[in-house]
Amino acid sequence: MATEVLMPALSPTMEEGTLAKWLVKEGDSVSSGDILAEIETDKATMEFEAVDEGVIGKILVSEGTEGVKVNTPIAVLLMDGESPDAAPAPAAAVSSPVETREAPAAVAAAPRSEAPLELEVPDGTEMKATTVREALRDAMAEEMRRDETVYLMGEEVAEYQGAYKISQGLLDEFGPKRVIDTPITEHGFAGIAVGAAFGGLRPIVEFMTFNFAMQAIDHIINSAAKTRYMSGGQMGAPMVFRGPNGAAARVGAQHSQDYAAWYAQVPGLKVVMPFSAADAKGLLKTAIRDDNPVIFLENEILYGRSFDVPVMDDYTVPFGKAKIWREGTDVTIVSFGIGMTYALEAADILAKESISAEVVDLRTLRPIDYETVIRSVQKTNRCVTVEEGFPVCSIGNHLSAKIMTEAFDYLDAPVLNCTGKDVPMPYAANLEKHALLTTKEVVDAVKAVTYR
Amino acid sequence: MATAKGATKPNVSKEELLEFYREMLLIRRFEEKAGQLYGMGLIGGFCHLYIGQEAVVVGLEAAAEEGDKRITSYRDHGHMLACGMDPKGVMAELTGREGGYSKGKGGSMHMFSKEKHFYGGHGIVAAQVPIGAGLAFADKYLDNKRVTFAYFGDGAANQGQVYETYNMAELWDLPVIFVIENNQYAMGTSIKRSTKSPSLWERGAAYGIPGEEVDGMDVLAVKAAGEKAVAHCRAGKGPYILEVKTYRYRGHSMSDPAKYRTREEVQKMREERDAIEHVRTMLLTGKHATEDDLKAIDKEIKEIVNESAEFAKTSPEPALEELWTDIYADA
Repeated sequence: MATEVLMPALSPTMEEGTLAKWLVKEGDSVSSGDILAEIETDKATMEFEAVDEGVIGKILVSEGTEGVKVNTPIAVLLMDGESPDAAPAPAAAVSSPVETREAPAAVAAAPRSEAPLELEVPDGTEMKATTVREALRDAMAEEMRRDETVYLMGEEVAEYQGAYKISQGLLDEFGPKRVIDTPITEHGFAGIAVGAAFGGLRPIVEFMTFNFAMQAIDHIINSAAKTRYMSGGQMGAPMVFRGPNGAAARVGAQHSQDYAAWYAQVPGLKVVMPFSAADAKGLLKTAIRDDNPVIFLENEILYGRSFDVPVMDDYTVPFGKAKIWREGTDVTIVSFGIGMTYALEAADILAKESISAEVVDLRTLRPIDYETVIRSVQKTNRCVTVEEGFPVCSIGNHLSAKIMTEAFDYLDAPVLNCTGKDVPMPYAANLEKHALLTTKEVVDAVKAVTYR
Repeated sequence: MATAKGATKPNVSKEELLEFYREMLLIRRFEEKAGQLYGMGLIGGFCHLYIGQEAVVVGLEAAAEEGDKRITSYRDHGHMLACGMDPKGVMAELTGREGGYSKGKGGSMHMFSKEKHFYGGHGIVAAQVPIGAGLAFADKYLDNKRVTFAYFGDGAANQGQVYETYNMAELWDLPVIFVIENNQYAMGTSIKRSTKSPSLWERGAAYGIPGEEVDGMDVLAVKAAGEKAVAHCRAGKGPYILEVKTYRYRGHSMSDPAKYRTREEVQKMREERDAIEHVRTMLLTGKHATEDDLKAIDKEIKEIVNESAEFAKTSPEPALEELWTDIYADA
């Protein structure tokens, strides 16, 4: 019986890809292991191999097609002796994507987020749909053009074009002196980068994930964050440590931790965790120009998401300034980074039930814009915090204490913290889904504080 | 490894020998004074003295040029004095006063001088090794022909980050001299109890880094080895390793009961191998100086050290507002 060859998922977060090239044609015999096609994901171009033996009966998706959803039939494979007519009708191109956990799927399906209320861009500025990935790359390229002392180092940042393609094209433009592949040696290259910063350069250190930065955390904290103080202001480390942070999908306990609260605790560091592409760009440019060590926490699931980014010569976003994405009157939902996807989804759902939520994106966690949060809570009298990290000593815990201290009399309900669960990240799909934060939990928390 | 006493090496002038004597003596007297102030409760916390190891930094500084950088561990007082930092500012930092190099906020282990290209003063064993390679990385990037001396001890030599750094330093031809000050004890653990490697510098061979062992009680041998290493780095040939065999007479820190070695072992080193005595003998037997000349130097050094102690006692404690400054560049 004829079998359908389906568009494969070639990375934990891939939802669609480009069928770049067919390496077989209709009528070709193939056996398992033969390369059928080249498929471009958002991260890399991969070869796709046959699993079964047979003859290529029909090619359903022509080469060059972009946005082919995972699990879409792309060809029909006939067993010996079968005729092409026996092939099943091609499935509609809208076939459902491979089952992923709730949140990322919802992220991908969400419409481009509404424009923030706060105006940082002159009226009439042209906006361009840009992915977070492109925005980060553009920010680095712009700053590297602007300042010769800015350079990028990390694993696979140069010739491989970035493990997550963030540094795509940078080696071509800036050459191997400024875009440097390191051996797999986080402790060592983080220390070298700190020394380079002491010596007058402005390094950008890419960690393939912040999980691996634990090997380097001594240099981040003891060497980079504390030297300005210990030297009585004589020298410091103007540099950026950046990379994906938090959970991707199905990568287990050692690759899924959110370090926001860890770094936010350390004086001497600045900590940034953007949600939108515009903020990713504007905040990364600010981070590179900052004379202090900056922890820049990205998120793999957000990399492929598009947002409007203003087309401006030099778009920067200041640190310590939260953004109100949605105004509301009944409750304040405070979040940052990927937590914003749950916060905004919850606000949509709540609106249908006549609960008006104000959604605040902190954007930077050190410094934190307490003022915007407190002002919002004084208006709504209720607050729910949303983050993916562990619950103990979370950013939400800290905000709760701050709100209690500074706006106690305004509160009509206790502040509730929505976080990831207090467990190492499990691998099993069903368990992982429960370990992570869900939009429903945010909705339920809001209903609890609004007594609905 | 006995050195023929009094055999003045041909490559040294009278002036240079006198300078070595003066500099080594300054470190020793300074450290003795620091030990005294510690005993009086004027210096707190950890305080690691450099007594016995003076020839290492003095010899290597003689091989350095203006603009070259240096970085070391927490046993850092000698390095600071040898690179020309003001003894007053160093001593006042030890007492935690406003006049200290870090305004009293760093302490014995955390001092810096941008002006003298001294990059610390690091309290985490071996952390200064990759940072030192990073300073060299910056120099190479900026093409300014500078060399960095990254000092660390035999204890740090067993840290993984040293070897991560060796690998990248050689891979990228960084102009850094790794100076292993092998004083034979990592705190209380003798080298024989921490490794079976017959020598530490030879470990560089695994990464393609050349090096050599140096008699660290002979300041002229140290200088000669330093010049060779500097020439190697400045020629763009990448890093170089110097394993300088030395000995610390005092404990690891002020609170060290020193049960791990015998009094006789320490006494024997002091009597037979002392680096300052070595230069003193060369000066006298070579008729470069008289006892009176040396006495005059001793007196002069004593005055400098006393002045630094006086400054360190009288300099005020930092203003309370200092608690909140220097955390961020723009604060």
